[in-house]
Amino acid sequence: MSPAILLLLAVGLGLAGWLAARARAWAFRRESSDGRLASLPTYHAWYVALWVVLPLAAFITLWSFASPYLVTQSVLATPAAAELPAFGIQRESILREAQSVASGSASAVFNPQSEAFVEPFRDALARYNLIGLLATLVIGFAGGAWAFLRLRPDFSARTRVEKIVMSLLLIASLVAILTTFGIVASLIFETIRFFGMVNPIDFLFGAHWAPDPMANPDNPDPTRYGAIPLFWGTIYIGAIIAMIVAIPLGLMSAIYLTQYADPKVRSWLKPALEILAGVPTVVYGYFAALTVAPFVRDLALSMGISNASSESALAAGLVMGVMIIPFVSSMADDSIAAVPQSMRDGSLAMGATTSETIKRVLVPAALPGIVAGIMLAISRAIGETMIVVMAASTAANLSANPLEAMTTATVQIVKLLTGEGSFDHPATLSAFAIGFVLFLVTLGLNFIALRVVKRFREAYE
Amino acid sequence: MVTVIHPNLDQTDAKMNASDVSVFYGDKMAIDNVSIEIPTKYVTAFIGPSGCGKSTFLRTLNRMNDTIPTARVEGTITLDGDDIYRSKMDVVQLRARVGMVFQKPNPFPKSIYDNIAYGPKIHGIAQGKEELDNIVEVSLKRAGLWEEVKDRLTDSGTALSGGQQQRLCIARAIAVDPEVILMDEPCSALDPIATAKIEELIAELSGRYAIVIVTHSMQQAARVSERTAFFHLGKMVEYGRTSDIFTNPVEQRTQDYITGRYG
Amino acid sequence: MSDVAPQQAPSDGMPSRSAAFEARLKKRYAAERRFKLTGLVAVLFSVLVLAFLLVTMTINGVGGFQRTELAVPIDFTEAGLTGDPATLSGPDATQLLEAQGLASVVEFYAEESLGANASAELNGNAWREVATAIIADPAILRTKQTFWLPSSADLAAGYEGEGSAELQALATDLAEQGKIDKRFDIGFLTRSDATDPQAVGIWGALKGSMLTMLVTLLMAFPIGVMAALYLEEYAPKNRWTDIIEVSINNLAAVPSIIFGLLGLAVFLTIFPNFRSAPLIGGMTLALMTMPVIVISGRNAIKAVPPSIRDGALAVGASPVQVVFHHVLPLALPGILTGTIIGMARALGETAPLLMIGMRAFVATPPDGLTSPATVLPVQIFLWSDEIDRGFVERTSAAIIVLLIFLLLMNGLAIYLRNKFEKKW
Repeated sequence: MSPAILLLLAVGLGLAGWLAARARAWAFRRESSDGRLASLPTYHAWYVALWVVLPLAAFITLWSFASPYLVTQSVLATPAAAELPAFGIQRESILREAQSVASGSASAVFNPQSEAFVEPFRDALARYNLIGLLATLVIGFAGGAWAFLRLRPDFSARTRVEKIVMSLLLIASLVAILTTFGIVASLIFETIRFFGMVNPIDFLFGAHWAPDPMANPDNPDPTRYGAIPLFWGTIYIGAIIAMIVAIPLGLMSAIYLTQYADPKVRSWLKPALEILAGVPTVVYGYFAALTVAPFVRDLALSMGISNASSESALAAGLVMGVMIIPFVSSMADDSIAAVPQSMRDGSLAMGATTSETIKRVLVPAALPGIVAGIMLAISRAIGETMIVVMAASTAANLSANPLEAMTTATVQIVKLLTGEGSFDHPATLSAFAIGFVLFLVTLGLNFIALRVVKRFREAYE
Repeated sequence: MVTVIHPNLDQTDAKMNASDVSVFYGDKMAIDNVSIEIPTKYVTAFIGPSGCGKSTFLRTLNRMNDTIPTARVEGTITLDGDDIYRSKMDVVQLRARVGMVFQKPNPFPKSIYDNIAYGPKIHGIAQGKEELDNIVEVSLKRAGLWEEVKDRLTDSGTALSGGQQQRLCIARAIAVDPEVILMDEPCSALDPIATAKIEELIAELSGRYAIVIVTHSMQQAARVSERTAFFHLGKMVEYGRTSDIFTNPVEQRTQDYITGRYG
Repeated sequence: MSDVAPQQAPSDGMPSRSAAFEARLKKRYAAERRFKLTGLVAVLFSVLVLAFLLVTMTINGVGGFQRTELAVPIDFTEAGLTGDPATLSGPDATQLLEAQGLASVVEFYAEESLGANASAELNGNAWREVATAIIADPAILRTKQTFWLPSSADLAAGYEGEGSAELQALATDLAEQGKIDKRFDIGFLTRSDATDPQAVGIWGALKGSMLTMLVTLLMAFPIGVMAALYLEEYAPKNRWTDIIEVSINNLAAVPSIIFGLLGLAVFLTIFPNFRSAPLIGGMTLALMTMPVIVISGRNAIKAVPPSIRDGALAVGASPVQVVFHHVLPLALPGILTGTIIGMARALGETAPLLMIGMRAFVATPPDGLTSPATVLPVQIFLWSDEIDRGFVERTSAAIIVLLIFLLLMNGLAIYLRNKFEKKW
């Protein structure tokens, strides 16, 4: 029985409980002398419905994890299981095939060995479906009955329902902490495993990056795990080339749109910038690889530079810079808008021109906000993946020549984790170590930037 | 310093009774040891210069101060002898009995009908549609708004004029059948004509409900209230019959305020 | 704005201090104009890049909605195929036709009409399209029909004037006889991934994207809205609340690939069988989208004036009633706008899904939340890696489809924002 059907059943039971409880509350109301209850009948109804649905939701979630496991276990307990290969892909595929025939999603088996398991699977599925159904009914009725019997004319159902609602809201907001915790825990866990194989010093300060996923995992060569070239590539593409494009263009766009453009022009240009921000990064990546990178290389070749790469850092950085422009622009826009109008008026009233006012008064006053915005932009650029995966190289290269091929942290994460390497190999685990460094750096940048922005806002409030 | 209570204050049943009430915002003391009786079926006015704490004190009477996380109230306030700050007190019940009208009209962005019907609905006062219609009509009539809006009850409450909005808010408060209505400078956002209408309305309502009105206009206090309390720097300086306070103030500060030396 | 600052040099009537002052003023105005121009150029640069990107994709992509096809007239009256509507409506109809030798029938007529060289360049699966047509209307078995069937990728390249000289000559030859043509390929929207650019389609990826987005929406929206309500309306000011807030603000700025690592390390450890399933992809993207919904939701909730809350409290509404009867309905348009923008971002997201294995070659559309699937952006990424030239146009066509979806979503968000702009 699929969880969806059980959930539907839970909703049905909840609805029944809702209607029954409301009818009961109406009855209380008719019997009472002044026609008033401590809580509205609707709240009695919700109280019972929540007591039906919430325990059921918890049960069904657990059951949907547990039942496939239980089904497989009971099939493996049948005599036919002795015939199975002990481990490996074949065993899996035999079982999976038999299961899909038994559950009706396939009509016949390919592998003759699977035939023997169709019946056991059918039996096990039927049995556990029945168990799941019965458990759902029992839990639903038990919860509903318990709540229903507590209903009284003076029962404060509203307070109870509101308490449940409040706890749900609190739980929802804890998901954010759980996610952060999950990220940190999983990154740290795998990183520690990696550092058990490769010395952190070698990783952080080594200058040669060439992990070999096919090498013997027990004895990794630490000199191949020096991450400096990737960090350099990441900074060079994301924090230098991209920012050289994005900062002046983004800042000037913001200034033009907020200070000069008349509302009609702005109402056209601003959405255009927003669209630029909404283009998926995979599209930018395709654009970079298909159009910009060949153009950059051909241009370099025509200027007599013969060693220009078709996966140059410059191409990736340029496109990334374009992607970041709207982001810088909107951050600068916010910061300039936060500067009090009176400062601007003061400067204009002395006879300064608009540009003088912008350059001498507005931008300096908005500077903390702008700098914070640039930090957030850098954090976004170094964490950006698809553009560099598609347009930058996978070979690490410590160089200052923008026309050479370079790699970045995100490229390496994708390369190492989508390859064929096993999950326990240091090459695979090193992706988590890179991810952890990336996480810490972006976290630091965001944290400082958000603080600066907050303080900056408060200064003008 | 002790509050001057005018001796010839006639004895009435007290609807609400505050004794030794102090209010703190964090460490800052906003109300300092105020004791006062709010009589049934009279209009009581709180006057005083801005920032004197009169609005703060008003909001303690139906625990609207609870919405400010740092606010803390000491002392006791009773409604019909029942302590409203005891831990088991249901603030929802309290606010159904002690209604409030705010400085700026704040109708819900819903229809006129729904604005009035909201309170009776959540309290389960009306048994059916007819009864609810009746409550809406009676409340709007008492608020003097029925004739103006009876044909457009489905229009948004926010589409009314400022004065009408404020009467809508009064009707909304009346609809849950309160015993006390608190009004926090209800006319300060209105023009003189709308103000006159609200004052008329207060006079009509005074026989039915205990009304407490905070106002910065002494003329208004003099026109609508039977009792007046003068607040200054978080303290209640003087409390007595309105006529006594205005013609025969005891304290120098009251005298100064009434004669317009400061405010 | 510009009307505040004097834009022209002072007219004759205006007092001026000295010649030097006037000269300096002139320079200042020149600087002013230059500065303004720089700003305009900066904005126009972005607009031009956008236009260039869109135009490139469109020009390339239009070809992606077409494919090279060969005309094959088939006379079913002589082909000897049998098939009554009853057997052809079953699930095994294609196999039935295959067993009757439909493939060789198609081959025979192709050779007859096009010649041996050209019929060898008919796509290997071309007969399946004939089979589909027969199943749709068995009556054609009694008629003579001309089918336009896909050519091989090589011949398609030849028709474009690329590839081997022989095929180019063959294509020119066929073109003169009117037997080869680039025709609109409706199948691109209904087929799934394939190794042959002539046979690919985006329906599989599109369906995968929809299922993934469904999971994301069902998880991120309720959790995001509830968290926003809690934080904005009820949360006490204490250390825990601070930690939640810092978490959410940082999560909104964590690189998306990190969420992919989380999905890989946590979700795939819990559900190892659901690799590349929309369920896992949707859950990973939900964690990424949730902070966006929380932040925009809080802004929308904050914009509801406190006087509304006071009004409801004063008639005796409980805090929960205040929020669910008044605040939430008023904040909903703003929350929805933020949600749509967050969902649009999730729809275009590629990197985290690569991490959880959604880059597999999936030739059939997913039939559920747990079956292997790919999504549109990942499909674009996979096709962009293909060497075959035919994929360039297909990739651009897929990008156009993706951009249309994103444009629709963002348009809806902007519409909502304008329609429900604050009324108080």
